[in-house]
Order: sequence, then C-alpha cells, then structure tokens
Amino acid sequence: MLQCHAKSCPQGQSYPLAIRNAELEQLDAEFNADFVTRLMPKLDWAVLRKTAFELGVAELPAEIPTEPTQADLQLIHKVALETRIKEADMVCNGCGHVYPIKDGVPNMLLQDHEI
Amino acid sequence: MSRPEHTAPPEIFYNEDEASKYTNNSRIISIQNEMSYRALELLALPEDEVAFVLDIGCGSGLSGEVLEEEGHFWVGMDISDSMLEVAKEREVDGDLFLQDIGQGMGFRAGTFDGAISISVLQWLCNADKTVNNPRSRLKRFFSTLYSSLARGARAVFQFYPENSEQIEMIISSAMKAGFTGGLVVDFPNSSKAKKYYLCLFAGYKDSAGQSPELPKGLGDGDESQVTYASNRVRERRKGPVNRKPVKDKKWVQHKKELNRSRGKETPADSKYTARKRRTQF
Ligand SMILES: C[S@@+](CC[C@H](N)C(=O)[O-])C[C@H]1O[C@@H](n2cnc3c(N)ncnc32)[C@H](O)[C@@H]1O
Ligand SMILES: [Zn+2]
Repeated sequence: MLQCHAKSCPQGQSYPLAIRNAELEQLDAEFNADFVTRLMPKLDWAVLRKTAFELGVAELPAEIPTEPTQADLQLIHKVALETRIKEADMVCNGCGHVYPIKDGVPNMLLQDHEI
Repeated sequence: MSRPEHTAPPEIFYNEDEASKYTNNSRIISIQNEMSYRALELLALPEDEVAFVLDIGCGSGLSGEVLEEEGHFWVGMDISDSMLEVAKEREVDGDLFLQDIGQGMGFRAGTFDGAISISVLQWLCNADKTVNNPRSRLKRFFSTLYSSLARGARAVFQFYPENSEQIEMIISSAMKAGFTGGLVVDFPNSSKAKKYYLCLFAGYKDSAGQSPELPKGLGDGDESQVTYASNRVRERRKGPVNRKPVKDKKWVQHKKELNRSRGKETPADSKYTARKRRTQF
C-alpha cells in the first residue's frame, strides 16, 4: 500500500516498491471478517499476491475473490494483518531510492534533494 | 514558557529524555489521552466498525493506544527515532513509520478511514532548516494526506497554534489541498482548558455544500466562540445539515467493544519470529 513519495520520482514508476532481503515475523491479530471485507477493495490484489508469493507467506488465488469464503478472508487476514516485515529494503523502481525497514519500522525519510 | 518548536528541530528535541516523559510522566500521559479521546470523538467514525486510522506524529503511541482501546487498526508516523523506540518498547499494535510529515506520504489513495494528530501540527510551521519552507511543507503534507484518506473520512488535529497567522496559514493550506472543515475550539474562555482542534473533511472537494457541519466546541454554553469554518462551506451551504451533534462526554465513557485476543507466540515456520499483532501493508 506504499509508493515512493520522493517528489523527484518519475510518475507512474513509484509503485510498487520492490522488497529485498526480507526477514518476516508472524503476529497475532483478532480476525474480523467485516474489517477484512472492507479492506479488500483497498488492496492491490496483483501486488499483494506477488509479494506474498515471493516472500513465501501464502499462495493467494489469481483473482480477487468476488464472494470471499471464510477461508479466503482468513487467508487475507493472515497475509495482510498477521505478517510483518521485520527487516528489508524497499526499493523504488522509479528513482532507485532505498527505504530500509529496521526492526519493523520503515525509514521513509528523504534527502533534501528529493523533496 | 518558550515554545519547544523554537528551540530545536523535532527529531532533536524529542530525544531519549523527552521521549521517556511520554511513558513516565502521568500528567503528560493523561493530557495526551484526553485530547486523543476528544479527537477520536470529533473523527466520528462509523459506530461499531473497526476502522483503519492514521496517527500523524504518533510519538510514543499514547494516542495510538486510544485507537487500540476502541478496537481500531492504526498506522503511526513520526520523525523522532527516540519516540518510536519508546512506542516499540511499549509494544503498541500500530505499524510505525519513521517519517517527516512535511515531506508528504506515499500511501495509496483512499487507504485510511480517518486520521488523528495530537500536539504535532505546530511543528510544521517552523522553518528549522533553510530547506524547510513551512508553506510548501504544509502544502505537501495536506495534499498527500488528502489522497491517503477515503472519501468522507475526517482528519482531526489537536495543536498549539502560536498566533492567528499560523492558524490562517494552516487552514488555507488545508483548504487548498481540497479539505473542507475548520477549527473547533473547546473551552474558549478558560486559559487552561482551551484547546484547538482542526477538523477536516475529505471528499467534498467539488461539493463543499454537502460537507458535514463543523462540530461544536465544548464549553461553558458560550456560543460566541470563534470558529474559522472554511469559506467554501460558509458560502455554499444551503441550510442546516441534519446531523446529530456528537454527545460530549458520554462518548468518552463508552467502553471498548471489541475484545482483542493477545495471542501467545505461535511460530508457524522457523524463519518467522513471533510477536504480537500489527498491520502490515
Ligand atoms: C507532543 S509530541 C505528541 C506525540 C503523540 N501524538 C502523543 O500524543 O503522545 C509531538 C510529536 O510530533 C512529532 N513531530 C514533530 N514534527 C514532526 C514531523 N515533521 N514529522 C513527523 N513527526 C513530527 C515529534 O517527533 C513528537 O513525537
Ligand atoms: Zn522513487
């Protein structure tokens, strides 16, 4: 759900950020079917699916389920709400800016020349 | 008392010492708490729905914990490492970002159901580096915030304006970014209890007439308080909007409805380490 926010970043290439050298952690969150349902249209399904697959978190269906079953919702819950990237580099394809994630906290600070 | 924004940039001022006050000083904690509840009340999220809320300048997570208590998922951003360090120690549930709000944000359009910000906005009015032009930072901030919010979402900022020029600068900047809304002043006649809340509505860029009415400030029944409602709203509103006013204190007392399980560690896979829940996008 993040894109590069450097002002100098070429339009259209600022999203999605590529994730490199990821270390994940598993969390526990209360499942709320309603919340997950409302979350779904906000997700970029293709990107979420690709990321989840590449990071070995889960294999999501190719298409976003139009009438999600409880199992679909549980899976999305796990991927979107219970998986956290602990350490990684997020790399922008547009300008090459690297946003490091350290101890679960992405560093989104930009250099003066990027704003 | 001198204003902290005049003494140092926020990432310097909020060092370990200052950050520790936000866990150890019960007076600070209770004030931040109360203002967070009020901001959440003004945010008027749909009742009984779990929402996704942005906490702007989340600091050590005091305001975020109020969101947690009400059962919401949240994302927090702050420029101070030390403050975020305290938030991590306290194991807040929200996802944290080290970020300068004056540089804008890159969340996808419509991500959040609402945003709150407690005691932060005055920092943006300060030019602590030569590259920091308050007007352009405010512009970048409000315009990127606007697109991060769902249509119909609100953003509520408790802040400490230095003077009326600052208020004007902030409000005009927010209106230019497309927000409607204005300033709500609680207890305008009490020098101690007086509090400023900037209450902004997203999604009425081209239909300011439909924008919700600005909530009333709390106070001694004195209606003569100054509110700086958006010009567009003032001019275009046809008549009073049918909306129940938010109930003052009752809301604050309402208990958290959603009990959240704090699971214990269940590492499913050796490459995972376990921790409590967080959102991740
Ligand atoms: C008075 S503290 C309030 C913290 C928290 N909202 C609370 O109520 O406990 C102000 C916070 O604003 C943050 N801040 C100031 N300027 C900022 C900026 N440009 N970007 C992000 N955070 C900022 C500071 O680092 C600090 O944590
Ligand atoms: Zn970029």
